[in-house]
Amino acid sequence: MPTTQELIAISPEIILALWALSVMFLDLLIAQSRKSILAYWSLLGLLLAGGAEFSLWGREEILFQGAFVQDNLSLFLDLVLLLATGLSLLMAKGYIKDLEMEHGEYYTLTLFATLGGMLMAGAGDLLIVFLGLEVLSLSLYVLSGFRRTEPMAQEASLKYFLLGAFASGFLLYGIALVFGSTGTTLLGGIAVAITEGGLLGDPLLLLGLGLLGVGLSFKVALVPFHMWTPDVYEGAPTPVAGYMSVVAKAAGFAAALRIFLSAFLQLAGDWTLLLSLLALLTMSGGNIIALAQSNMKRLLAYSSIAHAGYILLGVIALNSWGLSSVLFYLAAYGFMNLGAFAVIVALRDGEREYLALNDYAGLGSRHPLLALSMAIFMLSLAGVPPTAGFLAKFYIFGAAVQAGYGWLAILAVLNSVLAAFYYLRVIVIMYMREPAGQVAKMTHSPALALAIFLAVIGTVQLGLFPAAVVELAQASLFPFLGS
Amino acid sequence: MVPVANYLILSAVLFTIGVLGVLIRRNAIVIFMSIEIMLNAANLAFIALADAKGSLAGQVFVFFVLAVAAAEVAVGLAIIVAISRQQGTIDVDEINLLKW
Amino acid sequence: MDFVRLVPGFPLLGVVLVALTGRFLGRRGTALVACGAVGLAFAVALGVTGALLQTPPESREVEVSLFTWAAVSDFQVDVSLLLDPLSAVMILVVSGVGFLIHVYSVGYMAQDPGFRRYFAYLNLFVFSMVILVLAGNFLLLYVGWELVGLCSYLLISFWYERKEAAKAGMKAFVTTRIGDFGFALGIFLIFATFHTLDYAEVFGSASQVLTTGLATAITLLLFLGAVGKSAQIPLYVWLPDAMEGPTPVSALIHAATMVTAGVYMVTRTHVLFELAPISMLVVAVIGAATAFYAATIATAQDDIKRVLAYSTISQLGYMFLAVGVGAYAAGIFHLTTHAFFKALMFLGAGSVMHALAGEQDIQKMGGLRWTMPLTSITFLAGWLAISGIPPFSGFFSKDEILASAFASGQILLWLVGVITAGITAFYMSRQVFLVFFGEPRYSQHTAIHAEHRSVPHESPWIMTIPLAILAVLAALGGFLGPVLEDFLGPVFAASEARQSLPPLNEAALIILSVAAAGLGIFIAWLGYIRRGVDPKLVAARLGLVYRLVRNKYYVDEVYHALLIRPVWQAASVLATAVDQAGIDGVVNALGSIMQSAGRGLRRVQTGFVRSYALIFLVGVLLVLAISTLR
Repeated sequence: MPTTQELIAISPEIILALWALSVMFLDLLIAQSRKSILAYWSLLGLLLAGGAEFSLWGREEILFQGAFVQDNLSLFLDLVLLLATGLSLLMAKGYIKDLEMEHGEYYTLTLFATLGGMLMAGAGDLLIVFLGLEVLSLSLYVLSGFRRTEPMAQEASLKYFLLGAFASGFLLYGIALVFGSTGTTLLGGIAVAITEGGLLGDPLLLLGLGLLGVGLSFKVALVPFHMWTPDVYEGAPTPVAGYMSVVAKAAGFAAALRIFLSAFLQLAGDWTLLLSLLALLTMSGGNIIALAQSNMKRLLAYSSIAHAGYILLGVIALNSWGLSSVLFYLAAYGFMNLGAFAVIVALRDGEREYLALNDYAGLGSRHPLLALSMAIFMLSLAGVPPTAGFLAKFYIFGAAVQAGYGWLAILAVLNSVLAAFYYLRVIVIMYMREPAGQVAKMTHSPALALAIFLAVIGTVQLGLFPAAVVELAQASLFPFLGS
Repeated sequence: MVPVANYLILSAVLFTIGVLGVLIRRNAIVIFMSIEIMLNAANLAFIALADAKGSLAGQVFVFFVLAVAAAEVAVGLAIIVAISRQQGTIDVDEINLLKW
Repeated sequence: MDFVRLVPGFPLLGVVLVALTGRFLGRRGTALVACGAVGLAFAVALGVTGALLQTPPESREVEVSLFTWAAVSDFQVDVSLLLDPLSAVMILVVSGVGFLIHVYSVGYMAQDPGFRRYFAYLNLFVFSMVILVLAGNFLLLYVGWELVGLCSYLLISFWYERKEAAKAGMKAFVTTRIGDFGFALGIFLIFATFHTLDYAEVFGSASQVLTTGLATAITLLLFLGAVGKSAQIPLYVWLPDAMEGPTPVSALIHAATMVTAGVYMVTRTHVLFELAPISMLVVAVIGAATAFYAATIATAQDDIKRVLAYSTISQLGYMFLAVGVGAYAAGIFHLTTHAFFKALMFLGAGSVMHALAGEQDIQKMGGLRWTMPLTSITFLAGWLAISGIPPFSGFFSKDEILASAFASGQILLWLVGVITAGITAFYMSRQVFLVFFGEPRYSQHTAIHAEHRSVPHESPWIMTIPLAILAVLAALGGFLGPVLEDFLGPVFAASEARQSLPPLNEAALIILSVAAAGLGIFIAWLGYIRRGVDPKLVAARLGLVYRLVRNKYYVDEVYHALLIRPVWQAASVLATAVDQAGIDGVVNALGSIMQSAGRGLRRVQTGFVRSYALIFLVGVLLVLAISTLR
């Protein structure tokens, strides 16, 4: 039986699970015209879970015989996930109503997906990693096809589902092989078994770890495991695309950090070549293809791929600086990327969405505030100072230099120079191009405005006064690496 | 007593069959079945290895995988049914609106 | 001296006010807020400089830390402002000249619909430039560097409806980006070596930590940034096109302040440069070469602003020559006088264009000294200053540079400098004679103008007063020289002082350079006033040489033919063959190579889920191969 202490320590997850269920029940009681109550109800749940996270800060809880860990690392990542979820719900409220898919399940599934991500962030056992990943993925499969009569959404959903399940197969097989080599699925146990059994060069272990890595690479969309990303982002409802661009990525990196830090730290040196190659492919592939995009959602999809590549640099650096910059990058990325998606959501006339880059022409004069927000997000994504994106990149690249991967940092800088072209193109189009016909219309909604506002604040705040967040990030990694 | 290596080889063969099925077949349902074969290949490996290592953890894992696979079936079939109703086909090569 | 934070503070406040409340302020209010912000910044700059003068020379260095910006493990970067004589001079120049240009703009832009946007950008620019020069560490320097670039991009393409303006903005962006890339790498290299980005720490330990090779690498990378930002060979091509922006912008950004960022940066990091003799030589050679090269181009341009643009490039070359031979104070001195006379001449040119309904061709002007007396007189002051005629300011600063070059033993560079001085005097005189002297030629050409008024008119007082002030500064600024060098002395104390030449040599040098200038003016007088020599005939006689110079050595064409066209063609072939959805107005060399690569690569995204799975599998095999077969 779980002890009270264990239940308290895992209370954020419990709150979120209960909340997701309560939404399902409430959904039965609430009339179709008043479904938006559910959005507020879900937000309340997120706030409560977030509050619980805060109250747990600084505690180091190992729960259920090591299967789950509630420490600062998981709390930090959970907060990023909850924040991103909150922003995406604010975006979604009006959107799903206008596009006639306002069902309570939307909120339930979103909350469950977040729960899955939180499980991955706190996993102490490969089983929990797998379960968290599946909870997250299954919810996302459905969410991406939530507009179920729309052929594009169906296609997105099907592609995501087939490829996701395919990737899960590899992940699972990897876990099986790791288990075969070490005899346990507990992360801590694996580390012990590797040391005691002298398994450093065991082919079964290496093969297993490789497959495990493939499964996670799919989730965070590293090239060449990224193929689903643009199609799914384009087909999925826009708030869902924004949600998954942040939450799935953060959860994937969370699990990767957990697994590498707790179980495979001794093997880390052997992986740098492979990871560097992947990082290089991911950054360059994402950025180069993004240059040729003319659809905003696809553009952001490729951009998000490129960002995964940058984040990977921090993992490669594998020192306290690098890993805390991974956490910082995830937080910054959450704000700026969700912000950009929120602007896309706002640029809508009832059901009609304006997704082509050219639809953004004339936005600067027609909707100045919206255009300004978009400009801030784009500058931040491009890494122009003094935004969050700049500092995040600076941290990550600096960590790579510090750890002796100067050449990788140079290539990354080159990449971000390249990336500036397509981000700035959006700004150029918004401010310096006359619209061919009518200027895109904008949907006003307080919730959406709040989401954009919060994202702008976050983007600027993390750019100017990042100290507090960086300290939190460093505190999260203390137990693993020392100061 | 069958040596554990034989189980592992069988599981690897099954897994490969599953992977090839995904690559070769065009019917969404068959692709999905191939993925299930991959999952079950992993299950077989788990059970065999659990037995060899004398640890129950691997066998417990299999139960979780079965549960997850069931959930996957529910979601996957729902998606495929929706597509089949709307578009009248479940040939993945014809479901090709999103590209580039 | 904590007040120094107000120097960037006021312009920032100005940006916020103009951007947020400009709608309610109206034109008058906007102008007042924007000018007031910069004016106050200038007042504060004066105040803190005064305070700095009160302290003993050795301790004239104050670091004001605003807050901790970025900190990881033992590494920390503050947002800190460094006030020392060097940055004090720079903020005075930036805010002072900036203020005058703000005032002038109120008149110049009075009719423009983008009035509010313009002043918001202008204030933002002053803010960024102040941050750049006051930064106390490399990271903040980089922030200022990027922001300045962004502002200039916004201001060049201010009239974005004009296709050339948008294109020029893009060109500036792309070219300076190449430089910025080097700059960023240089900073990374500094960081990798020193594990800190703080000026004091880096400069303090540089001589122990750096090997000559490393110092050379770092400084050359930094210098690449300076080459881009300060428009030196080979990255100068953006500056002449940047004249598409409103004329006061050309004055502020592309003459007086932004382009000097490179000179400032090299001066600021002189400790590093001195550890790398090769880099110093590179700086000096590039400087001298650019000075000469751009001056020759300027002799054959007909656009009033383009002549000034090439002259800016050339004068910046002088400044780099100065810092390259270790005469930092002379470089900053020339930077200051150049800010005065170049701002003056750009504003004067703006005033002329204002009067002639936007005409920019100097062949279609002439005789304006009667109709625009104030503009003419002030412009003449600028002309004498840049030509190096004593006692105008340019004479002192240029002479200082040439003497330093001579003293440092770079006789060849000195000679190039002297010849360039002659060419400079020639092309500026040519411009002055064509615009202000001789017969009016605008009446038959400027048709639009004839409809409005029969005679060009003098500009309103709000434009002429800044001109007058700048003219006084351009005329008398040279006497600031000794004061300035005294003031800057402690900053460069560690560097070797210039070996002073025997007075006789000094005098000889002065006579030589003045003679060169006199000769240049005389030739121009022969050609354009007395018409003793027909410039067209000379041009014809010179044939190839003239055509070469006239067409700016065809560098734009060569760049176009070698880089831009093939890439563009490849891209457009690809585009028409495979995809119509694409090429935008913003296509440019680098962009389109990558764009076509992107175009090619996106074809991989076939939309077939099975091919995705196949690629996935390839990835799996790759991962497994690398991870197990090691």
